[in-house]
Amino acid sequence: MTALLSARDIEIRFGGVVAADGIALDVFEGDNLAIIGPNGAGKTTFLNICTGYLAPQAGRVTFKGSDLLGQSPRAITRLGIARAFQIPQLFAEQTVLENMLLAAASRAGRLAPFSRLADIPEREDAEAILHQVGCSDVKERMASELPEGKRKLVDIALALALKPTVLLMDEPTSGVASSEKFAIMDTLIGALRAQHVTSVFVEHDMEMVSRYANRVAVWSTGRIQKEGAPAEVLSDPEVIRTVIGG
Amino acid sequence: MIMRIIFPALVLLAAINPLFFPQWDAFLTIVFAKALPVIGIILLLQAGQVSFGHAMFFAVGAYCAGFVGRWMGGGGEIVILLVAALGASVVAGLFVGIFVVRYRYIFFAMLNLAFSMVLFSLLEKFIHITGGSDGFRIARPTFFGQQLSRSDFELGVYYLALVLLVVSIYGVWRLLDSPIGHALKAIKTNETRVEYLGISPRRTLLIGYVVSAVLAGVGGAMVGVFQGIATPDYAYWTRSGEFVFVAILGGAGHVTGALAGSYVFEFIRVTAAAYLGDTWQLTLGVVLLGIILFAPSGIVGSLIKLGNRVRGVKEKRSQSSIGKAGEIA
Ligand SMILES: Nc1ncnc2c1ncn2[C@@H]1O[C@H](COP(=O)(O)OP(=O)(O)O)[C@@H](O)[C@H]1O
Ligand SMILES: [Mg+2]
Repeated sequence: MTALLSARDIEIRFGGVVAADGIALDVFEGDNLAIIGPNGAGKTTFLNICTGYLAPQAGRVTFKGSDLLGQSPRAITRLGIARAFQIPQLFAEQTVLENMLLAAASRAGRLAPFSRLADIPEREDAEAILHQVGCSDVKERMASELPEGKRKLVDIALALALKPTVLLMDEPTSGVASSEKFAIMDTLIGALRAQHVTSVFVEHDMEMVSRYANRVAVWSTGRIQKEGAPAEVLSDPEVIRTVIGG
Repeated sequence: MIMRIIFPALVLLAAINPLFFPQWDAFLTIVFAKALPVIGIILLLQAGQVSFGHAMFFAVGAYCAGFVGRWMGGGGEIVILLVAALGASVVAGLFVGIFVVRYRYIFFAMLNLAFSMVLFSLLEKFIHITGGSDGFRIARPTFFGQQLSRSDFELGVYYLALVLLVVSIYGVWRLLDSPIGHALKAIKTNETRVEYLGISPRRTLLIGYVVSAVLAGVGGAMVGVFQGIATPDYAYWTRSGEFVFVAILGGAGHVTGALAGSYVFEFIRVTAAAYLGDTWQLTLGVVLLGIILFAPSGIVGSLIKLGNRVRGVKEKRSQSSIGKAGEIA
């Protein structure tokens, strides 16, 4: 089986901080790969590199066999890699629905100047995604007015509206009320499976990891300390000691 | 409400005005023509960018109309002059735009200013082509093929300016409601996410920039033709500043702010100049201070707020700064 997204020997330093020190990781089609590890281990940095936001000092990243390094986030997005952010990145002065429609319009190549954004044929689809992540009720609200949990979910919905092949999510449910967390992840992972979207998500909640991931990679100061099936990785004494705590 | 009732009503009033108050025609022609560049400024403000150099396109339009008129002989034909001014401002807008859309905020503003100052000096220095600081005379062109008397011509220009204003306001209003328009607004709040949606912020801003350049160019051509002259100070930075001033005065949140601002600006200028002589700038300054302190959303923005309050609608817009570009970790 060949990897969909593949990173090799990634190295990046910020001054004295080593955020990636020989990262090598393969993401296969259909994976729900969880990335775990302490704060500052370089998880977000890895997503930044995969999406072209940061250029590593060494190493390479390929998607379906072609090189991603040197490409802009925009080009990489167009190839089918979408991203949801640790800190939600929304268009504050537009409504939630307008945020979504802009994503859908971009995906459909509909950036014409004289059609109405509100009338694009992808609208129904965009509203369905909002419904999936439990945000239908706020669709007419300005993005700036949303509570933190909703912002996270709309941020994920924006990435979903791009109909990606691979979805990278950075702590998707941090800030989401724990009562809603599992229900939302259930529908989210369900939707990803139904649409054959491969996903990578950074996560701190081990219950979420064991429930939704088929593979886990453990980050530790710029290295992958361990990688494998959740049952195996999460019961590893070393991982328990450094990441899960005990 | 504004675009369905108030604006059409004003246009209707403007259309019948010459029957009742023909003495206002010249004043209103200038109001309409100078509202065009302001619409362009408002368009760029939607993307969070201010240009302090748009007078350069105003001058490009005016001088182009003059050159083409002279080249055609006898002033030429107004339709051709306007089409030429439009074409020239597309070219100039693309040329300058390709540089400036790489920059944001103060750098964007100042780079525009720099380009406009270059044009200003060229217009002043190349006396044998441009007439230098005396300006370039623009002879009265034919009007849709008709050689008109001065008063008929001015009436024609009045209606032409009104039509151009209506087309521009509706056009930009529609544009802002389109995917491109929404992408422009998105640049203002989160350019990083725009990229991550697969949209090029630079290309989007360039489209907005060229549209704004065309509006300024056509406005300049209209003013030049109406006044019969183009001078280098059409490109001077104070005029660029005036466009921004008028946009803030009228309300940068809505396209019709350009018309409201242009009307009030010209009104103050004419009346204050008549009563206060040289201190009319003082009046303008005080008005701008008042607007910024007490009604930062301008005339139209304040009217919208008032309307909402009367109808009991909750404020929709709140200023927050979530998701500032560059903080994505
Ligand atoms: N653009 C940057 N410039 C400087 N330092 C950075 C940058 N991005 C990340 N870092 C540093 O790299 C380390 C890893 O950060 P990050 O990838 O955000 O960790 P994680 O997401 O695992 O919590 C941290 O020490 C962080 O301060
Ligand atoms: Mg992180």
